[in-house]
Amino acid sequence: MFEDLTIKLEGIFKKLRGRGKLSESNIKDALKEVRLALLEADVNYKVVKEFISQVEVKAIGQEVLRSITPGQQIIKIVNDELTNLLGKERVEMMFSAQPPTVFMLVGLQGSGKTTACGKLARYYRKKGRFPLLVAADVYRPAAVDQLKILAKMLDIPIFSSKDDPVKICEASVERARKDGKDLVIIDTAGRLHIDEPLMLELLNIKKAVSPQEIVLVADAMTGQDAVNIAKTFEEKIGLDGIFLTKMDGDARGGAALSIRAVTGKPIKFVGVGEKLDALEMFYPDRIASRILGMGDVVSLVEKAEETVDLEEAKKLEKKLKKETFTLDDFYAQLQQIKKMGSLESILEMIPGMGGKMMKGLKIDDKAMVRVEAVINSMTKAERQKPHIIDGSRRKRIALGSGTSVQHVNQLLKQFFMMQKMIKNFSKMDLKKFEKGFFSFR
Amino acid sequence: MKFSLEKLKFGLFKTKENLLGRISQAVGLHKKIDQELLDELEEILIKADVGPSTTVRIVEGVKKEATKNKIEASEKVIGLLKDQVTSILTAGETSSNDLFSPHVIMMVGVNGTGKTTSIAKLAKDFKDQGKKVLMAACDTFRAAAGEQLEIWAKRVGVEMVKSMPNQDPASVAFDAINSASARGLDVVIADTAGRLHTKVNLMEELKKIKRVMGKALSGAPHEVLLVIDATTGQNGLSQVRMFNDAVGITGIFLTKLDGTAKGGIMIAIADEFKVPVRYIGLGEKPEDFQKFDPVWFAEALFT
Ligand SMILES: Nc1nc2c(ncn2[C@@H]2O[C@H](COP(=O)(O)OP(=O)(O)OP(=O)(O)O)[C@@H](O)[C@H]2O)c(=O)[nH]1
Ligand SMILES: Nc1nc2c(ncn2[C@@H]2O[C@H](COP(=O)(O)OP(=O)(O)OP(=O)(O)O)[C@@H](O)[C@H]2O)c(=O)[nH]1
Ligand SMILES: [Mg+2]
Ligand SMILES: [Mg+2]
Repeated sequence: MFEDLTIKLEGIFKKLRGRGKLSESNIKDALKEVRLALLEADVNYKVVKEFISQVEVKAIGQEVLRSITPGQQIIKIVNDELTNLLGKERVEMMFSAQPPTVFMLVGLQGSGKTTACGKLARYYRKKGRFPLLVAADVYRPAAVDQLKILAKMLDIPIFSSKDDPVKICEASVERARKDGKDLVIIDTAGRLHIDEPLMLELLNIKKAVSPQEIVLVADAMTGQDAVNIAKTFEEKIGLDGIFLTKMDGDARGGAALSIRAVTGKPIKFVGVGEKLDALEMFYPDRIASRILGMGDVVSLVEKAEETVDLEEAKKLEKKLKKETFTLDDFYAQLQQIKKMGSLESILEMIPGMGGKMMKGLKIDDKAMVRVEAVINSMTKAERQKPHIIDGSRRKRIALGSGTSVQHVNQLLKQFFMMQKMIKNFSKMDLKKFEKGFFSFR
Repeated sequence: MKFSLEKLKFGLFKTKENLLGRISQAVGLHKKIDQELLDELEEILIKADVGPSTTVRIVEGVKKEATKNKIEASEKVIGLLKDQVTSILTAGETSSNDLFSPHVIMMVGVNGTGKTTSIAKLAKDFKDQGKKVLMAACDTFRAAAGEQLEIWAKRVGVEMVKSMPNQDPASVAFDAINSASARGLDVVIADTAGRLHTKVNLMEELKKIKRVMGKALSGAPHEVLLVIDATTGQNGLSQVRMFNDAVGITGIFLTKLDGTAKGGIMIAIADEFKVPVRYIGLGEKPEDFQKFDPVWFAEALFT
């Protein structure tokens, strides 16, 4: 359904390049595609509308005409504007001059508040703080138990009692003061923004403990309603920042832009997993390209620059062009990827591959060890000409690598798929392809 | 479990900006069905999370019907829109109400959508019908997931097969089904850990749970319900696609419709997949749910 935006825009401007001219109507055509991309990414309808008209003004004013590939230029403008809107600077959490500092996490049911509390406690303890977790969700079954377990896993103290949430929070600050804890992190119950009594409860907690940070914990998969949710929380209790959760999936995260647009509050953290160390800082440029459906290009480039051997990369590029991608190359690629980190996170960062395209091609890290073993058990000839690997060879390879014929089959299938895909890529003219993605670091 | 439109409407229409108001307003401004009015419809649908592709298709459908039947008056547009949505939603409606013995239901979905709470709802409903229900605590990963389900089992008054943290969830499902078969219980509902559909290992784990269920009882699980949060945007499509590929979804449990989100992604899902929505969640208590009815749903969205 949704193709990569870069490719689409290149398509729109292809006809144009001959004439070397860019008209207002061309920008409009391109922005139509951008608009669609943003809507597919769940950016709110109104936010999209405003955003597009802003970009249009900018684009027409700028010297789009002079650029070599207008498609790129448009994307760059859009990307820059998105990044701007998302907030260029990282905003740190506020700490009180008179400890304890209080963080209060709020949000809809199931957005990830309790987990986020654990992540923040872990993070700030590492930074030398002494956190106290506070269980102020007295409603959801086993909510207190959940936080207790996280606290125990982290070996961080927790405060809970049978009181009402406001009293619990008040008492927890007292306790922190007494025990020399300088950071109080309050886990509140999930609630709908239209639930008046429960919103009032939050306001009362706020009045009682004056938190330095009231953080809205929002699910990255949220759709159009993100604006209503964020706006209401902001109006009713006031927010200081956003914690965007569940970004480890394939959600494009347009909600981030919507929330930012309606509250003006900075996104401070991003949750990328269920484990307590799955916490990332917020980088607007990365999220911007993700929202546009271009993959996390910047991060990928950064990571690749850090780790990938340039010589190797050049050799590979040559191979790709000649379409002689062998299992040896596949193996070499795997080694490179291994240096970069988990395969899953890499694949998610590759433009257009986050979702459907890599389906069936996704390999988890454990499987990678298996893949290595399988390739290692092949002869040189087999690695160069994988199509000679017949049934009996497969059996031998399986035995040699301590895997099963099924695994060998699976690997070969994946390899052939990849070979085919690479062929398609090289047909697309690699130079242009590269430029499109990597020219605006 | 009675279906009350009032309750559904209450949930869907709590915002100032409800669909009906918006459409009537749009209709009031336009005497005839013109492009501007159609654009207005597009906005309304997209804002309900129907998504750009399905929205375009629906609006095109409205236009075509209007031309075909020579409908010009704009106030007819609501009816046309409702018809379009209902027909999309009913295209996917093919769920059976047969109960096996024991009838095994597996709940799956991404993190925090409401699986565990929805199990309490289903369990209470079955119990109210006089069925003997057994819950299986197959979420052995999330902190206090077992405790949460146990509290619900006690509150609702049904039995539960407990598990140890990090125990193989498939083994819990296996034991639960065997125990239900041996003791002649009617329904087994298995809670599973929330997982993002993009995580290969976790989806493999889910496949294994399903496989092992089939070993304990041929034909089990009889239902695999995907629990989706009504606030979900276009990612819902990806969730259905990948959970369906992995374990074959028989129906959807749409939760949190008591908020201001419209759950319009269900329309996009029905448009692309043939998976029926079975239930809707309207709150955090066991009685806060309804059977899904496409006609009512469309009615509540647009009337
Ligand atoms: N994949 C993923 N899962 C997450 C992330 N953050 C939280 N979760 C999961 O989301 C589910 C809900 O998280 P909780 O922390 O219990 O959410 P909550 O907001 O406290 O929920 P309530 O208290 O019921 O409102 C759990 O299964 C978590 O493990 C994340 O960044 N990525
Ligand atoms: N408002 C509302 N809240 C709901 C509904 N269904 C569930 N919830 C709440 O959503 C939160 C998450 O529900 P759970 O049942 O724990 O969700 P889950 O899918 O089991 O979560 P994980 O196991 O962590 O993936 C809880 O706070 C529930 O009370 C609903 O229909 N409406
Ligand atoms: Mg919680
Ligand atoms: Mg659960």
